[in-house]
Amino acid sequence: MSVQIFKLFSIFFPLILSPLLFGVINKTKAFFAGRKGMSVLQPYYDIFKLIQKENIYSQTTSSIFKISPVIGLICVYMALFIMPFAGIPAIFSFKGDFILLAYLFGLSRFFTVVAALDTGSSFEGMGASREVTFSAITESVFFLSLIALILITKEYSLSGISPYSSEKHFSIILPVMLLVSVAIFLISLAENSRIPVDDPNTHLELTMIHEVMILDYSSADLAVIQYLSSIKMWIFFSIIANILLPHTFYVSLTNIFYFFIIIFSLAVLTGIIESSIARLRMLKVPQFIIGAACLSLIAVILAFK
Amino acid sequence: MKGEKLLHKLTDKFDINFGDIPKRDNDDFREAVVASLKNKSRIGAFFGHLLANNNVDIIAILIPENKNHIEIIRTEICNSYHAITHDIPSAHLFEREIAEQWGIFPEAHPWLKPIRFHKSYRDSHNFFYDPDKTEILPSFTDFFRVEGEEIHEVAVGPVHAGIIEPGHFRFQCYGENVFHLEISLGYQHRGIEKALAGGPDKRSMHLIETAAGDTTIGHTTTYCKIIESLSNINISPKADAVRCIALELERLANHTGDLGALAADVGFLPTASYCGRLRGDLLNLTAYICGNRFGRGIVRPGGVAFDIDELTALNLSNRLLTIFKDLKNAINLMLDTASVMARFEETGKLSKNMAETLGLVGVAARACGIDTDIRKQFPTKIQTKFPFNNPPVCKTGDVYARAYQRWFEIQESMEFISKLLKEQFDGKLIEENWELQPNRLALSLVEGWRGQICHVAITDNNGKFACYKIVDPSFHNWTGLAIALRNQQISDFPLCNKSFNLSYCGHDL
Repeated sequence: MSVQIFKLFSIFFPLILSPLLFGVINKTKAFFAGRKGMSVLQPYYDIFKLIQKENIYSQTTSSIFKISPVIGLICVYMALFIMPFAGIPAIFSFKGDFILLAYLFGLSRFFTVVAALDTGSSFEGMGASREVTFSAITESVFFLSLIALILITKEYSLSGISPYSSEKHFSIILPVMLLVSVAIFLISLAENSRIPVDDPNTHLELTMIHEVMILDYSSADLAVIQYLSSIKMWIFFSIIANILLPHTFYVSLTNIFYFFIIIFSLAVLTGIIESSIARLRMLKVPQFIIGAACLSLIAVILAFK
Repeated sequence: MKGEKLLHKLTDKFDINFGDIPKRDNDDFREAVVASLKNKSRIGAFFGHLLANNNVDIIAILIPENKNHIEIIRTEICNSYHAITHDIPSAHLFEREIAEQWGIFPEAHPWLKPIRFHKSYRDSHNFFYDPDKTEILPSFTDFFRVEGEEIHEVAVGPVHAGIIEPGHFRFQCYGENVFHLEISLGYQHRGIEKALAGGPDKRSMHLIETAAGDTTIGHTTTYCKIIESLSNINISPKADAVRCIALELERLANHTGDLGALAADVGFLPTASYCGRLRGDLLNLTAYICGNRFGRGIVRPGGVAFDIDELTALNLSNRLLTIFKDLKNAINLMLDTASVMARFEETGKLSKNMAETLGLVGVAARACGIDTDIRKQFPTKIQTKFPFNNPPVCKTGDVYARAYQRWFEIQESMEFISKLLKEQFDGKLIEENWELQPNRLALSLVEGWRGQICHVAITDNNGKFACYKIVDPSFHNWTGLAIALRNQQISDFPLCNKSFNLSYCGHDL
């Protein structure tokens, strides 16, 4: 019975803590740039500030533009219901729930893209075309990574595919676990529009991918978009944390502690990456994602052994 | 060659009685200008001057490469002449400017459009617009279009997502590839040249200081040199030294800012934020001398308004040394990072040949391997004593070359300033009494941080400006940016744009 209640953690914590990830990334970047940087709570202030502002819609847009952020938010909310939390299984788990996860993100992306096209701006059209091109590749990497996990665990749901439950030899489990984690981390950089794929801080409309699609949003809509992208990042990081942590099926404080450590270390790592390398040339982005695909392919080959 | 004899050469002092400028007929003028420009010279200025009979004198000022003279020639035109753009592509914006300002038709000009979107300055001669039209809006004109099913057009600006000046960019794209870019400016046109006519008066100095805000010292120095040569004063070594230091400080601050901005454009944060801070520190050095970060008020006709005494010089050198140490780390960090180099190299490439054809000046030209620098070609007395004689270091003409050339020039300027600060120069700070000679033409050249700044002034019977012409280096270089973008990724545009970092208001005036 107690586990049932603790399952709600998987929804409760991301809702409260996910904007903190952006705060941690920004603080890390500030540290490397030799700046004091904004408070880690700044993303919360931003969301609060945006909610109070007046909504302005472009006259060329239709209702699709207005509903798109809400649909995106619903999609990531629903995704939280199938995400395990620190070894505690998800509220709902069933065979192939990872496919639902991928396509919940897909649906959210579809509406972002359609809303971008709805504005009729040529920049947003370009951003949409880039987003769709790159996400078509990242999606396959995501599936490839999970296939590797399925192969070693013979389980088909996100709550079950912990490498620790595998019966294979440790010398296979460990490399698969690490390769898959790295691959998912790399695609999470692409999916969450971070450097080296996209630059969340740029104001240059011609080079942006994700940011350009939301140029026309203001106030509460923009707050919703920022909030949902932080939850999305949380989900990606928690997939990695769930791979690296043993699934306990009961509430373990150590496990929860390590879970948070992993998620926030990944945020710090993202910040370090953003501080130490430049953005890739747009042409090279597919090569970057294919690099991640190679890692997961190796994991799949190993898992077959 | 026949053409050469038609031109008048100015050697030591760049001023001349207006009547002494050789006046040729249109064909001879054309032949002489084309011959000189084909024979490795570049345009200093090419502009119209209204005569009493409502005709226009076209005056060409040409700067031969690596020689210490300037060529000048003029011709009188009423309605039209045969454009030289076909033979000399670098004249293309100049001829458009003449057509717009004076309602003169340059026949067979391949791309005749307004550039600043204003009415003609000459009564009853309007080329682009109906004189009764009350409002002329910038960029309301035809643009080059590429036709095709998969071609799409991207229009950027005049309102941009960042805090930059207004300009309109039209890309003809094939997917992410740019086939053609056309740049349309004119949003910042304030009519500075027209407002300067009738001067010099109390406002003239301020108009010049704001011609291009980031090149305040460059433009004011050029203007003051004109006043000095028109009134026959020589400035003291002390004033010359202060001007040279201020000019190099301006170069340091802007080059540092540009390198930081290049880093920011590729998302390389450490260098971006360090250079942002250091640019501020360098601007503060200018403020330390004159109280204004952009150097307003320091250069004045007849000399300078602020002295650099021994204590100031000592403080300046110490602060420069600290800044240079940090700057060296920040820039080397960027240049040693492979991911940054992957973005810089082979992006926005211009060949030396193309750069010469387009008549590029300044950093952009030097990055292509063209050895053009007014500080070398026409040095002031101080610049002769402490010469800038290094050839350009890069030849590739890509973003990397423009970045590295800037870093190289930063080191050069640092060395120059620290040498100057160790010396003491004597002489009067400023000569305040001056009067312009009537009916003369004077021109002056200064190597601003972007490149060659050229001003030309013609005085009337009363010793007032009848005509004042400003040619900012940006005016030469904007076409270079458009051509550099060909066959590039559209997402690399901001990076290329930043590597040129041209002035919008310097172009629009």
